[in-house]
Amino acid sequence: MFSLQYIISGLTVGAIYALIALGFNIIHNATGIVNFVQCEFVTLGGMMMYTYHSQLKIPLFFSFFLSLGTVTFIGALIERGPIRMAKSKAIIILVFITIGLSSVIRGTALLVWGPDNMPIPSFSGEKVIRIFGAAILPQHVWVIIITIGVVIFLKYFFRSTMTGKAMRATAANRRGASLVGIGVNRTVMLSFAMSGGLGAIGGMIIAPITTTSYDTGLMLALKGFSAAILGGYGNSAGAIVGGLILGVLESLGAGLISSKFKNAFAFFVLLLVLFFKPTGLLGRGEAERV
Amino acid sequence: MLKLVRKKEQLFLALFLFAIILIPFLIQNNYYIIVMNIIGLNTIVVLGLNLLIGFAGQISLGHAAFYGMGAYISAILTTTYGFPPWPAMVVAMIATGTVAYLVGYPTLKLREHYLVMATLGFSIIAYTFMVELDNITGGPSGFSGIPHLSIGSLILDNDFKNFYLIWLFAFFCLLGSVNLVNSRVGRALKAIHGSEIAANTLGVDTDRYKTKIFVLSGIFASLSGSLYAHYISFISPRSFDFYYSIQVVTMVIVGGMGSVWGAFFGAALLTILSEILHVTERYNIIAYGTILTLVLIFLPEGILVWFYNLCQKWKRKTLIEKG
Repeated sequence: MFSLQYIISGLTVGAIYALIALGFNIIHNATGIVNFVQCEFVTLGGMMMYTYHSQLKIPLFFSFFLSLGTVTFIGALIERGPIRMAKSKAIIILVFITIGLSSVIRGTALLVWGPDNMPIPSFSGEKVIRIFGAAILPQHVWVIIITIGVVIFLKYFFRSTMTGKAMRATAANRRGASLVGIGVNRTVMLSFAMSGGLGAIGGMIIAPITTTSYDTGLMLALKGFSAAILGGYGNSAGAIVGGLILGVLESLGAGLISSKFKNAFAFFVLLLVLFFKPTGLLGRGEAERV
Repeated sequence: MLKLVRKKEQLFLALFLFAIILIPFLIQNNYYIIVMNIIGLNTIVVLGLNLLIGFAGQISLGHAAFYGMGAYISAILTTTYGFPPWPAMVVAMIATGTVAYLVGYPTLKLREHYLVMATLGFSIIAYTFMVELDNITGGPSGFSGIPHLSIGSLILDNDFKNFYLIWLFAFFCLLGSVNLVNSRVGRALKAIHGSEIAANTLGVDTDRYKTKIFVLSGIFASLSGSLYAHYISFISPRSFDFYYSIQVVTMVIVGGMGSVWGAFFGAALLTILSEILHVTERYNIIAYGTILTLVLIFLPEGILVWFYNLCQKWKRKTLIEKG
């Protein structure tokens, strides 16, 4: 029962990776770019939560939605501003812009909040639940529940709402979508907003377990990206499966082999996947558009 | 060797070499020489990265790791195992090139921008190793006592001697890049940049070329890292972190993607800029990020290329006005 503990904490972190991976996928599907600002969405989620709840003393429930709203807005702003203003729409340029923006936001976060790790209280107490000798914090349960909730919401949104369908249409064929009257620009902006929201949720719900600082997002989001690749880039079921598998693998690796190289582990998996099965576990292989 | 280089560029190269020989006689201030040495080291890294970004159209955020690998392999081989420095440098270049091949080969076959994440992942692995393998690398506090390079009995132990060494290497890298760009390989790379599919259908093995250029850029970075280690004689993981990768990428963009002279210009401009700003690292991150973003949004072709085009336009205009 020793490793049950690792599996549980692995699943918790894995759920965060899954949320972030979904964020990467949404923007990838809408624009074809790798969005580096995803790292900062995660950071900002945690830090906004800290500001609203711990500094401004706003109750946790409202802080959660305020932070979510703020980061979602920042996400939309990033599309509406730099991405749309860019003179060249070449993918490489847009990826570079997100790298630049990510540095600016991280630097600013460092100035505003300083380099220290900030604690955030658990959503509902610290009373440990024991199952088969494994200790579970209530926050672990929250992470899993909120992640499941988000996934159900996303599924509903993309399958059953007009906006969600418009986003899927844009992902499938941008030109075709705009020909049938879908506002492609607005859809892309929505993608950035949504992936901002997803990143923020990830950052907020993990913060009570790991604390939060100006650069927590970098590592989490890069691992989220590895999870997206592991599952199959652009595939949302893959994002979830990839996230959970990566989380558990990493946790087991750290617990049973060596915790020193914990951060290197996820990227090692990433490189292995790229080497042997670049389409990921659930990817169908890429059809190239000429 | 110079056959491939155009007249105008031959002139530039000659001027460049002349300036390298002359500068230490004109400038006696140690501080300026140190800054110029750093520019030289950055130029070597940026030249390689520029070939990758400009011609293979791929982004690497792992060049800090390649730079670090060069430095650490040189340092460990010479200091711990008593290897002679020059062969150690070659070993470092071969090792880095091999690693670049292993990272690049599977990733560059893919159409998407996976290389950027693969290299970033690799650079985090490399950084973790530099910090955690402290009995070999000295850990976070760094590795000291690296011997200076020597040529025969001449030990390159001061800034002026190292100036010639570093800039001579920078010159050869520049010459090599100019030559490469104008060669058959360069034309193939340009074709890939124009349209990968078109290049492929015309018989250019695009994956192989992209991998080759990535390996070459890794080797450039490794060379620069080795020179850095022997020059400063102390290295620590902090010089090879994520921010160094961002810095060199910014230098490429500012100079102009695919412009060899732009690489030198970008390295010089931004190295000087961060010396002038000279504030804490905190502002440096923001400064680099802001410059990167603004240049990309408004002058995606890079400052030097933009300026060059502007001059050309102006020249044409005056010619037309004259009739």
